[in-house]
Amino acid sequence: MRDFAYLRADSVEAARNAAALPGAMLLAGGTTLVDLAKCGVAEPATVVDISHIEGLDAIDVSAERAVIGALARMSHVADHPQVKSHFPAVSEALWQAASAQLRNMATIGGNLMQRTRCPYFRDPQNFPACNKRAPGSGCSAIGGVTRGHAVLGVSEACIATYPGDLAIALVAFDAEADLGDRKLKVEDFFLAPGATAEREHDIRPGEVITAIEIPGSAAARRSTYLKVRDRQSYEFAAASAAVGLELEGDGRTIRDIRVALGGVATKPWRARAVEEALKGKPLDEEIVRKASELAMEGAVDHGANHYKIALAPRVIARAILKLGETA
Amino acid sequence: MTSQHIIDPPEDGHFRNGGNNQPSPTTLSIDLTINGETHSLDIEPRVTLLDALRERLALTGTKKGCDQGQCGACTVHVDGERVLACLTLAAQVEGRSITTIEGLADADGTLHAVQAAFLEQDAFQCGYCTPGQIMSAVACIREGHAGSDEDIREYMAGNLCRCGAYPHIVAAVRQAARELRS
Ligand code: FES
Ligand code: FES
Repeated sequence: MRDFAYLRADSVEAARNAAALPGAMLLAGGTTLVDLAKCGVAEPATVVDISHIEGLDAIDVSAERAVIGALARMSHVADHPQVKSHFPAVSEALWQAASAQLRNMATIGGNLMQRTRCPYFRDPQNFPACNKRAPGSGCSAIGGVTRGHAVLGVSEACIATYPGDLAIALVAFDAEADLGDRKLKVEDFFLAPGATAEREHDIRPGEVITAIEIPGSAAARRSTYLKVRDRQSYEFAAASAAVGLELEGDGRTIRDIRVALGGVATKPWRARAVEEALKGKPLDEEIVRKASELAMEGAVDHGANHYKIALAPRVIARAILKLGETA
Repeated sequence: MTSQHIIDPPEDGHFRNGGNNQPSPTTLSIDLTINGETHSLDIEPRVTLLDALRERLALTGTKKGCDQGQCGACTVHVDGERVLACLTLAAQVEGRSITTIEGLADADGTLHAVQAAFLEQDAFQCGYCTPGQIMSAVACIREGHAGSDEDIREYMAGNLCRCGAYPHIVAAVRQAARELRS
C-alpha cells in the first residue's frame, strides 16, 4: 500500500475542505478504502478521516421518514427498532450484507461509496485493462470469467456488478442522499457505466454525504429484502430483490408496489416495468411471475452469467409472494 | 495528534516512504489504548491496527489470515464492538479503547467464559482462527445474537475456519452464551 498523508476532520466543514484537496479520499469505516488501497486500486495522496466527527451518526426514524446520519454504522441501523418496523427491507438488506465485524465498521455514507467487487477491477497487477480504473484501457471481464457480472445496465466499456445490498432497498423506496448543498435521489447518485465507467457516483470533489433520507410509505412498512447467493451468509448476491407491497382494502388488489434488484446490474436497479404491470392487479402467483419477467427487458449476458436472467425474476416473484403471505 | 493538521502533498500528489532512510514525511505520533494500557507509537498513516499490534507491540495473539477483510482472524474489539484489525488504520482508533485476545482473561489468569467453553468443547484444530473466533463470539453473545444455533451460525459467519471446526465452535458459543446469561 502506498503511503499517504493522514488528516483528521472534526467537522463536516473541515471534511469538505480537505476532500477538495487533490488526491484526497474520505475514510469513514475503512472497509472499502483500506481494502482497495491494499489491492493497489485506490492510491489516495491524502486520507481524510471523518470517523471522529461528532453527531453525524444519528438515526431518526418516524412513520413519515427516516433520516440516517452518514456515519451511522450498518449494524446499528440494522438493529434499530424503528428501522425494523417502518423499513424492514432496509434492516434486512443491512444484516444480510458482509459480516458482523464489517457491519460494525462500515458506515451508511461509506456504504453508498462501495466499489464493485469485479475481480479484474481489484487486480491491477494481473489485469491492467479496466475502464473503471484506467479509462480507455479496455475491459478484462468481457471475454473473461463472467459468472458474477451484470446483465442489466451494461455497456461495451464495463459489465461490473454493483455489489451492495442497502442501496437496493434505498432505491426501491425513493431515498435521497444529502450532500450538503444538494440532495439527490439515491437512484441518480449511482451511474451506469456507459462510456465513462470510471464515474460510479454523482459526487464532486469537496462534497461529503451527510445523511440518507427515506420517505415512509405503506409499501416501505410491508417490505422485504431477499438475497440469493452461492453460500448462505457472508457473500455477495447472485441476485437479490427489495420489494414493498401495499394492498387495497380488499386485501388482494395491489395498490402500490416497489421492486429493485441487486446482484444483476451495474447500479442499484429499480424495476419499474414490473411495478407498472402489477399496480391494480390481483396478487396472484401467475400474474406476479409473468410481471417479474419484465425486469429482464434489455438484459445482455456474457456467457457464464446467463443464469442471472432466469434467476432474478424468480427472486422478485418469491419476494412478492412471500410479502403477500404476511398480513 | 493535532486534528485537521494539513500537510501539503508533494508535487505529483503522492507521498513515498523509505527512500534514503528518511523517515516518512507523514509519520504520526499516536497513543493507542490496548487492553487498558496506553502505548505511544510513531507510525506511518498506512499502518493497520493489525500490523501495529503484531509488528510493533508484540501482541501476536491477533492473527493475520487474509489481510483483506475476508476471514475474521484479526477480530478485535474497538469500544466494545468487534471489528477487523486488518482493515482498520491504527491512526483511526487513537482515543478508542481496543481489546485483543490478550486482554480477555482476568489478571489472575482466569479464562473468560468463551475461552473456557472453546477448551471444553474442543472448538479448534490448528487454532489459527481461534483468537478471532473467540473475540467474535464474546461480542456475538453481548449483542444478543447467540440465542439459537441458527443465529450463532449467521452472526459468526465472518469468522472462517479452514479446519472446519464449525460444529464445535457453535457448541462452544452456545455453552458460553448460556453460562453468561445465568
Ligand atoms: S486477516 Fe483480517 S479478515 Fe482476514
Ligand atoms: S482451527 Fe484451524 S482454522 Fe480454525
